[in-house]
Amino acid sequence: MTAVRPPEADLVVADTAVQPSAPPVPPAATAVRPRARPRPAAPRRILMKGNEAMAEAAIRAGCDAYFGYPITPQAELLEWMARRMPEEGRAFVQAESELGAINMAYGAAAAGARVLVSSSSPGISLMAEAMSYMAGAEVPVVLINVMRGGPGLGSIGPSQADYFQAVKGHGHGDYRTPVLAPSSINEAVELVADAFELAERYRTPVMILVDGILGQAMEPVSASFRMPERRGAEWVLGGADGRPPRVVKSLHLKPEALEQHNLDLQAKFGRIEAREVRWAGERLDDADLVIVAYGTSARVARTAVARAREAGLAVGLFRPITLWPFPTAALADLAARVRGFLVVELSAGQMVEDVRLAVSGRRPVTFRGRMGGMVPTPGEVVDAIRELDGLAAGGSR
Amino acid sequence: MERSVIFAGFGGQGILFAGKVLARAAMDEGLEVFWIPSYGPEMRGGTASSTVIIGDGPIGSPIVDQADAAVVLNPPSHAKYASHVAPGGLLVVNETLVLEPTGRTDITELRIPCTRLARDAGDDSLVSVVALGALVGRLRLVRVESARQAIRDTVGMKRPQVLAADLAAFASGYRVGSRTHGPSPDQEIVRTRVHHRVGVPR
Repeated sequence: MTAVRPPEADLVVADTAVQPSAPPVPPAATAVRPRARPRPAAPRRILMKGNEAMAEAAIRAGCDAYFGYPITPQAELLEWMARRMPEEGRAFVQAESELGAINMAYGAAAAGARVLVSSSSPGISLMAEAMSYMAGAEVPVVLINVMRGGPGLGSIGPSQADYFQAVKGHGHGDYRTPVLAPSSINEAVELVADAFELAERYRTPVMILVDGILGQAMEPVSASFRMPERRGAEWVLGGADGRPPRVVKSLHLKPEALEQHNLDLQAKFGRIEAREVRWAGERLDDADLVIVAYGTSARVARTAVARAREAGLAVGLFRPITLWPFPTAALADLAARVRGFLVVELSAGQMVEDVRLAVSGRRPVTFRGRMGGMVPTPGEVVDAIRELDGLAAGGSR
Repeated sequence: MERSVIFAGFGGQGILFAGKVLARAAMDEGLEVFWIPSYGPEMRGGTASSTVIIGDGPIGSPIVDQADAAVVLNPPSHAKYASHVAPGGLLVVNETLVLEPTGRTDITELRIPCTRLARDAGDDSLVSVVALGALVGRLRLVRVESARQAIRDTVGMKRPQVLAADLAAFASGYRVGSRTHGPSPDQEIVRTRVHHRVGVPR
């Protein structure tokens, strides 16, 4: 018998979900002091590993089928599903490979199942072909990438070097997929339910992009697990008894037909860009220097912002939550009133290109990153902010 | 404000467990907490570590450049992490295995025979629980009752038969930690007293 205890069912919403264009939330600055016992009405919190919390969030979101293949630092997600999905009477398949897993997901989603697939960077590369097919065939699947160092087999350390892969397209062809990047385990729980909702609303694969630290770390989970409403899907392949047959495919041999299909897809991507941008700001109101970072990098940046503020620098944090659609307009607005931007990533510099496009040369955009499983310290980021401060001062004279 | 603790030692010394207990105790006090293990290709007998960050607001960096405290249970961990303690911070050292002194004068070094006290409590493997007791006794990162409850909640669920030994190991560490002040000139006396008082709850 399994010894796994599913988290309590009575979790309620505690932390405020970050809304699009949320107002800056300055972190509290008082000393750590153990408080009295939580009030009786206080929400129940459970200490959970990121991988396990995302897996349980998918189950609570009504995930019907999970397909995967083990890989560090994502393995606990698959292990949690292996134990819990059979308990719920749902499908868990450890496939023979990542290719098998993602193509099983393609089939199950075409048949109307709510489907989750997860892996880590090298495994995601193997799934790239099917991502293109699913985007072309407009099949909703949620894919979680717990990123590790690359290229190649790389290392199992945390990384954000798959930004290009996730945001600029995994496979071939003109397509985009929404990419959600939580920076806490609570937020990851919320975004899993949101990802299923987005996937079904727009008939598209959706990727959740986290790094190995968020997969491996534990934090108190207070967010409510949520089951998105199921939409009646008139395209699903469920047997053609009593109705005309349907086809789900990415093949359109006539150029005219394929161009029209592409125009329809582009119109859909335009709707997603118009409606689904999300980001969060911290201490931006009076900031004149801005760190742009997502995921774990944003956590490092938060500490760096606090230290830089103590040193008298007016620094804020801009944290994209959707990496596609990217919060281009919000960054462009910021560029009109701040002196410069520092982008921090666990990579050689990938998101920085999108920040530069948004800022359009109006302000300096500098970069600080570490690679291969290394994570910058807050001290390194503060040093980079000081350099930006000097550069921005020079440029404005 | 945030405070951070690094636990490090051999795999099997309960490094991840001690961090989880501290994290759970802090969570139950309504604080924010972040627990991160080393998840590299560690092997049995190699080094393992976990970091716990406790704060009263959203936790920032998961990477700690200067920890408020470190617990080092074997010589390789001592070599690696003694320098990670911030000036004025606390280093809890398992002196049963770590024979060399740290040589730093800007931190408080609490040398405790963790392995021997764990054996006295009934289980050699409880070495990290002894160290956790000393840490809580000294720094009061969480209340002692919160830590004891976290041990009950964490251990009791899986291994109720060893819960008494865990609580005894925690108590013996706690006594040393809460009674030792400064770099412990009278440690021999403290150690002897603890040794007599703990007994072996079999």
